[in-house]
Amino acid sequence: MDAPDKDSKISVRSLTMAFGNFVVMRDLNFDVKERDIFVIMGGSGCGKSTLLRHMIGLKEPREGSIFYEGENFTEAASAERLRFIRRFGVMYQSGALWSSMTLAENISMPIEEHTDLKPREIRDLAHYKLALVGLSGYEDYYPAQVSGGMNKRAGIARAMALDPDILFLDEPGAGLDPLSSQRLDELILRLRDSLGSTFVIVTHELASIFAIANNSVFLDTNTRTQGATGDPKNLRYSSGDETVRLFLNRGKTKEDQEST
Amino acid sequence: MKHEPAESSDSPKAEWRKDGSHTVLELSGDWLRGSTMSVSGAGEATWPDEFHTGNLGRFDSMLPAWLLRTLRESGEEEPSLEGLPEDLRGLMELALKVPERSEAKSQEDEPHGLLLLGLRSTAAWQSLESVLEFTGDTVSSTLRFFVGKARFRSSDFWLTVQECGIGALPIVALISFLIGMILAFVGNVQLADFGASLYVADLVGIAMVREMGVMMTAIIMSGRTGAAFAAHIGSMNANQEIDALKTFGFNSFDFLVLPRVFALVLMMPILTIYSNVIGILGGMLVAAAAGIPPSLFWDEMLTAVDLTQASLGVFKSIFFGVAIAISGCLQGLNSGGSSAAVGQATTRAVVTSITAIIVLDSAFAVIFTILEI
Repeated sequence: MDAPDKDSKISVRSLTMAFGNFVVMRDLNFDVKERDIFVIMGGSGCGKSTLLRHMIGLKEPREGSIFYEGENFTEAASAERLRFIRRFGVMYQSGALWSSMTLAENISMPIEEHTDLKPREIRDLAHYKLALVGLSGYEDYYPAQVSGGMNKRAGIARAMALDPDILFLDEPGAGLDPLSSQRLDELILRLRDSLGSTFVIVTHELASIFAIANNSVFLDTNTRTQGATGDPKNLRYSSGDETVRLFLNRGKTKEDQEST
Repeated sequence: MKHEPAESSDSPKAEWRKDGSHTVLELSGDWLRGSTMSVSGAGEATWPDEFHTGNLGRFDSMLPAWLLRTLRESGEEEPSLEGLPEDLRGLMELALKVPERSEAKSQEDEPHGLLLLGLRSTAAWQSLESVLEFTGDTVSSTLRFFVGKARFRSSDFWLTVQECGIGALPIVALISFLIGMILAFVGNVQLADFGASLYVADLVGIAMVREMGVMMTAIIMSGRTGAAFAAHIGSMNANQEIDALKTFGFNSFDFLVLPRVFALVLMMPILTIYSNVIGILGGMLVAAAAGIPPSLFWDEMLTAVDLTQASLGVFKSIFFGVAIAISGCLQGLNSGGSSAAVGQATTRAVVTSITAIIVLDSAFAVIFTILEI
């Protein structure tokens, strides 16, 4: 196993993911640098979300390790791990808001748990985070009372509750209309620029990939390992792997594009 | 719904012809749902090199479905679609575009005989182990709570108290009242033969406070509250809400299991006392109808039921409460990620908790007999 890169925010080394006897992906190696917007892409069912779950410690790797700033996360003891996890913010595919709490309570709960702020300050913070994702005025609604897209955005607001170092977003744009999706891209870029956060995003929305990502890994279903890693804008034309080029060009080869 | 073939339709035919090493498949007639097809010619179940479709009439999904099955049976890897009409060819190309996933299809054989017995036994052992482990976790989590290291939202606790306490009063009252009446009816018929009708008061009193009150309450609570715990936690699991708790550094066990265990441990004794009182009132009503005045019933009952007897049921109820909460939470946390899994978890929660209650009650019966209480 290669040593982790000291300058990288996240290093994944020789990662093999499996469910029982079924190997999802093997031998993944990539680095995420500080302030990257890193995209995990690939076809449906290729293990993108599973990779994300490995990176945040919800699933254990079959082999290999994940490093944060050169420290081994996979082999850390559970108390040690909590220290890493506190720096993460995670948005799950469906939002995964706690359904028995209002949107504001969803955001306040982690803040109450991990800080000594006064209730008043916590409430202000929750309002501010909701306003950032365009949900001011919805503080006292329950997740079931707002739309799926709003749930997603509230999920992002909750992920940002503790001003995390690294934000993991699982398909943030899926199911959003084009305008909301574009606003979401803008939100991600703004947050990166003003807070300096690093983003790891699972998505297969090409428009959004080209708009925001500066680094990526492509998971190939057929070979069960990574197809390529790097800036998707470069991979689009210059990747040595044909599957990656086809994916990034919606199944069209370079010749097709030139002839149209 | 049955599709009658149109009047003018010819029955579909498939005929193989072999010309040296060159195979031709002749398709003719109308391939429509509901029509019976005839297959003939040598070399069935081989994929032809060429199709002849000059006499092919209309077709619906039946034809491509049959072709796909023939292809699968033939095991041909690079099938030729030569000679198929353009529309059919398009459909076949679409169906064959993504190759069949080999791992996904080859399911393992259903285990049977000794293997099945072995698998079932290990599965039963594992589920027993998981119950024991979960019980251990509950104990250590409770200890953590009392040294101030485990935390949950107090509103969760009070909400559960309300749901499993006040919410359960009507149903517990109804069942207990009827049980008290049934005991008095049955007892009175037997005791009247000996002219000992008055002792129905002892019978109802002892039966309610020692066994029936706590047992009926526990069974009602398994169906009502244990199932609700499993369904609630199971759907939180399906919706990734528990993952979200973990990644925010919450201990999901403390957070979800502790308030529920505490709420049931608090409410079960109270409900049991309530059930005992209502059951005795039910017995008293039946006895009054049989000619025993309530005051006499009451005095007679008190000669049999003392504080020791009454506290036995209440004592047991604490353990039953823990059993109900643990099986509900355990099945909820272990449930899979689909709505069907939530349903199964609920069923398992009720079955596990009722089994646990009966087993515990038998154990208590033996212990109390040995201790001569």
